[in-house]
Amino acid sequence: MSATEYAKPLPKPSPMSEPFWEAARRHELWLQRCADCGQFVFYPRPQCPNCWSAKLEWKQASGRGRIYSYTVVRRATHRAFTEPYVLAIVELEEGARMTTNIEATPEQVRVGMPVSVFFDDVTPDRTLVKFKPA
Amino acid sequence: MSLKGKAAAIGIGELKPFKTPGREIALELMARVAAEAVADAGLEKGDIDGFFTCVPFSDPGWLYPASAAEFLGLHPRMLNIVDTGGAAPAGMFWRAAAAIDAGLCNAVLCVIADLNREPEHRLSPFSVQREFEAPYGNIGPNCSYAMIAQRHMFEYGTRPEHLAKIAVDQRTNALKNPLALFNDRPLTIEDVLSSRLIVDPLHLYDIVSPCAGGAAFVVASRDIARRAKHPPVWLLGAGEHCHHSSITYAPSITSSPVQAAAQTAFGQAGVTHQEIDFVSLYDCYTITVLVSIEDAGFCKKGQGGPFVMEHSLTYEGDFPCNTHGGQLSFGQPGLAGGMSHVTEAIRQLMGRGGERQVKDAALGFVNCNGGVMSEQTSLILERKS
Ligand SMILES: [Zn+2]
Repeated sequence: MSATEYAKPLPKPSPMSEPFWEAARRHELWLQRCADCGQFVFYPRPQCPNCWSAKLEWKQASGRGRIYSYTVVRRATHRAFTEPYVLAIVELEEGARMTTNIEATPEQVRVGMPVSVFFDDVTPDRTLVKFKPA
Repeated sequence: MSLKGKAAAIGIGELKPFKTPGREIALELMARVAAEAVADAGLEKGDIDGFFTCVPFSDPGWLYPASAAEFLGLHPRMLNIVDTGGAAPAGMFWRAAAAIDAGLCNAVLCVIADLNREPEHRLSPFSVQREFEAPYGNIGPNCSYAMIAQRHMFEYGTRPEHLAKIAVDQRTNALKNPLALFNDRPLTIEDVLSSRLIVDPLHLYDIVSPCAGGAAFVVASRDIARRAKHPPVWLLGAGEHCHHSSITYAPSITSSPVQAAAQTAFGQAGVTHQEIDFVSLYDCYTITVLVSIEDAGFCKKGQGGPFVMEHSLTYEGDFPCNTHGGQLSFGQPGLAGGMSHVTEAIRQLMGRGGERQVKDAALGFVNCNGGVMSEQTSLILERKS
């Protein structure tokens, strides 16, 4: 094991979620959208959690959103994370919410703040979807 | 179907929580509190014909109820785990009453014990949290409760000192509880606010301290309850609700399923909030109590901050809350954490609160919370005069 090896937990996609992570590798944000009720769905599922329609289509999202809530983690529960870091729930323009990190100083971050997506290639084959102040 | 008056709690057993390197096993602790609760109920081991438990974090095994029943030498006619996290103790209470009402059994032992030792990987490798939250450092509940507090402050103007007041009043209660882990000195709002920030806006004293321990209670049929050693504590109403597992996908993170759970419990019991003599609200964090007070309907939504400042949450106060100290001062023995909210409500209603007895306590409201405000179970318990 090299000292620089990425030690944080990595997503292990299933066939169901692979399109999301593959899009992230291309530096694109794609979400499922229900063709019947119109709701955007995150995380990937085989059917819409709102109406149970199986007609889910992959759509590219704008990558814009707002911070719904956040915390500055000053004591991490996993040793690979360097404190402090900003963990947040971002509400995307499309309505879906996702857990993510905000690349900003703790002092900058506010609830309701507009943010835009960026893609963090943490390993050669895994890219995380993160946000920074818009 | 109503469970009103169909069953009663008649005995409790509880360990003083302790810090341990974890060489004990949870079953050893379970055996001690199980025996204590059954003796307290005035029953024999052979009288127990129903059995509910939880798979401890420290001993994640399969087919756990049978292993535990065998260890205890029980031969139940109904056995199961109630897998709703911290909500399980309240969940066990009404499930026991339902099983009794259905004629499946007569005396149900509800018991949980756990250690402050967690296996390395509690999240299943295939879970949604593992895939979409852990990579960003949302591991364990701290961050999620912090985000609830942050959003609550944004929406309603709640302040850190409001949260601190909850920890302070509960500590006052713990000073009168010999079983509490932290009962040696009082706490001030300044103490809480000057303790280390762990996850903004939550300080060290806004957060429970992991420890080992366990507790048990016995729920029995009307016939058995009438012959019990202590005054039976009757189930008047119960409600349960869930609308998310991770708060990221909750419709709102500041309004919880406590609303629906409490509404169902109050409806079934047919009592009003004004009639409640004390509350016992799951408190893994101070914000949990604040949101539960609002969502259970004891004040207007968003007014939890001013409410806790205007009322005293101590056992002698006008809104006695977590008279045992809450988990914040009593300790959180792993998955057994929620038990103390049920055992304390039973103790108060039996009139066995000792120095912290709430005067003339006849009606108690209990809410137990699992996950991140995820599973919610409310109970209304009564001592008949
Ligand atoms: Zn739909």
